[in-house]
Amino acid sequence: MSSAIVHEPSSSDSAAEDPVAPTEGLPPVQRNLGVWSRVRRNVSAQIGAALIAVIVLMGVGAPLLSAWDPDGINPAARNKTPGYETTIRDDDGNKVAYRALMGTDTLGRDIYTRVLYGARVSLVIGVSVAALSVAIGLALGVVAGYFRWLDGLVMRFMDGLMAIPAILLAIALVSLSGASLTTVIIAITIPQVPTVVRLVRSIVLMIREEPYVEAAISVGTPTPKILWRHVLPNTFAPLIVQATFLCGSAILLEAILSFLGVGMPSDVPTWGNIMAEGRSLFQIYPHMILFPGIFLAVTVLAINMLGDGLRDSIDPRMSKQL
Amino acid sequence: MLMYLCRRIAAIVPVVLIVGVLVFLMLRLTPGDPAAVIAGNSASSEDIAQIRSQLGLDQPIAAQFFIWAGKMVVGDFGESFFYKKTVASLIVDRLEPTLALAVLTIILATVISVPLGALAAYRQGSWVDRVVMGFSVLGFSAPVFVIGYLLIYVFSVKLGWFPVQGYQRLSDGFGGFIYRLILPSITLSIVYIALLARMTRTSVLEVLNEDYVRTARSKGLSSMKVLVRHALRNAAVPIVTVIGVSIALLISGVVVTESVFNIPGLGRLTVDAVLARDYPTVQAVVLLFSLTYVVINLTIDLLYLVLDPRIRY
Repeated sequence: MSSAIVHEPSSSDSAAEDPVAPTEGLPPVQRNLGVWSRVRRNVSAQIGAALIAVIVLMGVGAPLLSAWDPDGINPAARNKTPGYETTIRDDDGNKVAYRALMGTDTLGRDIYTRVLYGARVSLVIGVSVAALSVAIGLALGVVAGYFRWLDGLVMRFMDGLMAIPAILLAIALVSLSGASLTTVIIAITIPQVPTVVRLVRSIVLMIREEPYVEAAISVGTPTPKILWRHVLPNTFAPLIVQATFLCGSAILLEAILSFLGVGMPSDVPTWGNIMAEGRSLFQIYPHMILFPGIFLAVTVLAINMLGDGLRDSIDPRMSKQL
Repeated sequence: MLMYLCRRIAAIVPVVLIVGVLVFLMLRLTPGDPAAVIAGNSASSEDIAQIRSQLGLDQPIAAQFFIWAGKMVVGDFGESFFYKKTVASLIVDRLEPTLALAVLTIILATVISVPLGALAAYRQGSWVDRVVMGFSVLGFSAPVFVIGYLLIYVFSVKLGWFPVQGYQRLSDGFGGFIYRLILPSITLSIVYIALLARMTRTSVLEVLNEDYVRTARSKGLSSMKVLVRHALRNAAVPIVTVIGVSIALLISGVVVTESVFNIPGLGRLTVDAVLARDYPTVQAVVLLFSLTYVVINLTIDLLYLVLDPRIRY
């Protein structure tokens, strides 16, 4: 390693400018440590990813983890507390033992089963909103950052959109078009787009001043190719981090919408809907809100932890900005 | 200075305009004829036509926007379909609880989070730091309504220290007013504390490396004095910025908290109005909240001048 120190003794300036040039007395800089191995070493990212994996398995394996129907109404077992046991006659007339792990709701539906299926809705919405807002935000951000004449127009529009509180915008949008999975996803995506646009625009503004972009322009590379080859790859790392946080806040926002009664149709098992149904009886049966609430909180926490970990490993400079 | 003030105020004009257009379009894009909705089921087609011309709905869409915007500017938000009152009076009725909740939350959050964040920065890497940062991630992920119900369950249902839900107007006694606001404002402030503590820590950490902090220390000032007089004062600008930016967060929190605690404020009004398809009310409240956001952020920009005399525009 020591032979690599300062190849050209004459130009001491260049050594000072190069941040990765090893200096005597300091440990060698580990520049070959890739992003992924840094992510894998990050405790926060590890815990987050592990928890997310559990939640995903829960959602995917819901039919295997519970033998019951999430929408199955059982008038005889209404408002039962966790641990309630009884026998139910199935379709063939056989007696089957039933144990309400997390209790039942006011219609006698099994809360454990509903929570499992609720994970599906939350995850689908989180991932779709993150993907959709990144796609739209990326397109608009690149346009605003690269084509100066469009910048003002796009950014003023984004400022306006940003000034409307996300939840109010989402509530209003859902109320206008009626509740369904698609409208909920769109209603949550629209308020998230401006943050992505801002991020992408700031990166593009920085990149377009780089010498290699200037060089590409000077040799006559067509603009789409410059955007594709030079600008786009630079947005990936920050966008992955941003998408993670967007996923978390989308899940939270969906739960809030459902909880307020303006989200997914109330018969769909979502964590927000389960809690909304438990509101009136909360003082007597707190389990109706407690269990979906815990799963919601843990999921969002896991996603945020993964996001924190990704941010710290992908770009340590970003972590300083919060 | 005056130039800057004018420029900043001029800069919010397009933003306000765009918000106006968006909110206006939101109502106009609703399926169905607003005039028919207002007129009700038993109205004749002449009645509907009359209401339509009254509302200016027979004019081209651009003209409609200016008629509507003109009314908004003078505070004529129209009449609520649902409550059969003017939207303006409805908003005035609901303003006090929301304002009280928001102000109390900001005070509570600032009083708790700034010392916590500063302490975490000061003892960087210690257990205090880890606890504060851990809480910060936790607080940021916990849904407002889950916190709210948890607090109600523990402190109201189990311990009986606080009323379960409800609100008491300020005019009915200050004690009861504050008493009933304690749980809601704690609920709402958790997210805020998480965010602010984190921001305070980051900006104090940056300032602690500055020369003037070292100078202050070397001249023998106590650690506490250095932290408060030198570090915190200089870290104030980013902290205040975050308070401003997260007003949006506060507004969404208000909507949820008011629903959880049954507080008759603007947030509840929005949700009720949406559920009742009471569009004039929805429009007015969304517009009002957005303007509040814009104005608060403008105020904060101007506050920089007071907080940091080095900033000159």
